[in-house]
Amino acid sequence: MTATADSPESAFLAGNNTLKSRLRRAERMRKVWALALIAPMFVFLMVSFVIPIASLLKLSVEDLEVSEALPLTVEAFKAWDGEGFPPPEAMQVFAQELVVAEENKTLGSATRRLNYSLSGFKSMLKKTGRKAEDDLAGVPADQILDAFIAIDKDWGDPAYWRAIKDAVGPLSDFYALWALDRQRDADGDIVMRPSTQSIYVDVLLRTLEISVAVTLICFVLGLPIAYLLATLPTSRSNLLLILVLLPFWTSLLVRTTAWIVLLQNEGLINDTGIWLGLWNEPLELIRNRFGVYVAMVHILLPFMILPIFSVMKGINPWHMRAAESLGAHRWKAFLKVYLPQCLPGIGAGTLLVFILSLGYYITPALVGGPQDQMISFWIVENMSSTLNWGLAAALSMILLLLTLVFFFIYNRFVGFDKLRLG
Amino acid sequence: MALPIYASPVQRVWHYFFIVLCTAIFLYLLVPIFVIMPLSFNSEPYFSYPMEGYSLRWYEEFFTSDQWLLGLKNSIIVGIFATLVATTLGTLAALGLNRADFRGKTAMMAILISPIIIPIVITAAGMFYFYASIGLSSTLTGLVLAHAALGVPFVVITVSATLVGFDHNLVRAGASLGANPFRVFFKVTLPMILPGVVSGALFAFITSWDELVVAIFLAGAEEHTLPRRMWSGIRELLSPTITAVATMLILFSILLMVTMELLRRRTERLRGIRN
Repeated sequence: MTATADSPESAFLAGNNTLKSRLRRAERMRKVWALALIAPMFVFLMVSFVIPIASLLKLSVEDLEVSEALPLTVEAFKAWDGEGFPPPEAMQVFAQELVVAEENKTLGSATRRLNYSLSGFKSMLKKTGRKAEDDLAGVPADQILDAFIAIDKDWGDPAYWRAIKDAVGPLSDFYALWALDRQRDADGDIVMRPSTQSIYVDVLLRTLEISVAVTLICFVLGLPIAYLLATLPTSRSNLLLILVLLPFWTSLLVRTTAWIVLLQNEGLINDTGIWLGLWNEPLELIRNRFGVYVAMVHILLPFMILPIFSVMKGINPWHMRAAESLGAHRWKAFLKVYLPQCLPGIGAGTLLVFILSLGYYITPALVGGPQDQMISFWIVENMSSTLNWGLAAALSMILLLLTLVFFFIYNRFVGFDKLRLG
Repeated sequence: MALPIYASPVQRVWHYFFIVLCTAIFLYLLVPIFVIMPLSFNSEPYFSYPMEGYSLRWYEEFFTSDQWLLGLKNSIIVGIFATLVATTLGTLAALGLNRADFRGKTAMMAILISPIIIPIVITAAGMFYFYASIGLSSTLTGLVLAHAALGVPFVVITVSATLVGFDHNLVRAGASLGANPFRVFFKVTLPMILPGVVSGALFAFITSWDELVVAIFLAGAEEHTLPRRMWSGIRELLSPTITAVATMLILFSILLMVTMELLRRRTERLRGIRN
């Protein structure tokens, strides 16, 4: 409300301050009301959705297991610069704390964490823990290292001592590096993990590869259908649109189940093919990449068709005819006149399909083989089977960042307020 | 799409190729859905045609199995409560977002939409971790909260869409005639935006009804929903009972889709009158 000085309105307002302030108050009340209406949902989403995800992601940079199990040791190791062996006094503290931890059985998660750094640590620490009371308690400083080595000769390797120091937390890039198949060596430089443990870069690349392939196939199959729907008379295109919407509304699990029934070895396609004599042995149509593509494209195709269709519907058909009447070949007219006008729909469809496929879990888990599992599968695996929550959180972080980058692009080009349903 | 009489042979070939191509893609889209339905009436436990005979034994198995019925019951309970929570909160929020512009509105919208953008596995893992720490894992309450969070964005989007053409003078008229804000809401606003609210509620319900990943993480054996029960069934042994369940779910989807379409037409008709 910035009226210029010489307008009659401002003169009126200047002479009547109460009206001005009442107007401002009314505006403020509107805003307060609006916020009050939004607040319940905002709080609800915060508690049920945002905080849970944030608390999971926090695990990817936290490293607390060792400092929770062995707080005094962590304190004592702080004085050590990490070269060679820790000072004997620190080892004595460690020995004493092992006795206590063994008694209270509080060593579990710390041994698991240390084993992530160096495999073999778990059994060694368990053995040491069992013998700590008899062989380590009260040993003088100059003999403590030998006492450790007497229990397990690996204590003679500084790398194990170093691993304890590296795991003191509270923050660490340990899991983030692991999710990229990297780790820190004794000098603190980032190096590759042993190749037997290096799977996650492959998984990430595979996730991208499957998503790109699914998006491309969806585009190739979706474009003709969208074009058909857009150029048919409305009454007939409405009927066909229902055929597109029906799979869209059917649950993902039901559709995946249907594909298992169709594609498995004793499934419908193999039975029919053999019955017709097209092939003699059952073809491997499932538990491989082929099955993943068939089922995922089937599920995501409507997300490609609908945005392209809605843009194509708005394109004036006379443009094509004009181009043709000016001498352009039909194909040239399509590529030069029609297709550029579809770009907003194509952009929206491809980005949407790509973003959705990045996070796929159920379908690859059911119709894919071990070599077709995407990053989501490994998040579930680490979350519920191996219970390596730090790594699951780090993988989640990577998937989330990837999704957000593409969603940001989607938002720039399409706008998330354009997200239409049905 | 009709072919003009003067079409060249190349155009004719291309035209027929295009028709064949589109038919093939439609078959690809629809065949899985329509193939699985008849198989659920197979009297033998095989997944192949021709079928030996017809029977309802797989449906009988569903309706006499405690596990499947428990799944059905849980799905209905969770679906209804999640829909109620999502619809109430989402409708209020859409009204608020429509009422005023304020700083941070875009950020608010981004948070609001995020449940449909963030990969479901991350959501599920986060909820599993956090809900366990506050004692909500393996409870129906936890599942209701989770599914409501996933359904809220749909309600906000559909209600916001109906609010685009909403004439706020009607609210003012109601207020100036002496109705309090609640009366105005129930007598004026709600009837006008009802199609959006109902279709948002349907979206929220189907989101919960079909949701599997969060249920895998959050539901204990006592809280298994229908999709969760199906998931176990498919992974252990693909029994024909699953085709019966799938068939019923497909029919249910068709029902919801028709309802949705009718609502959309009604909204368009109302819009048409007003414009």
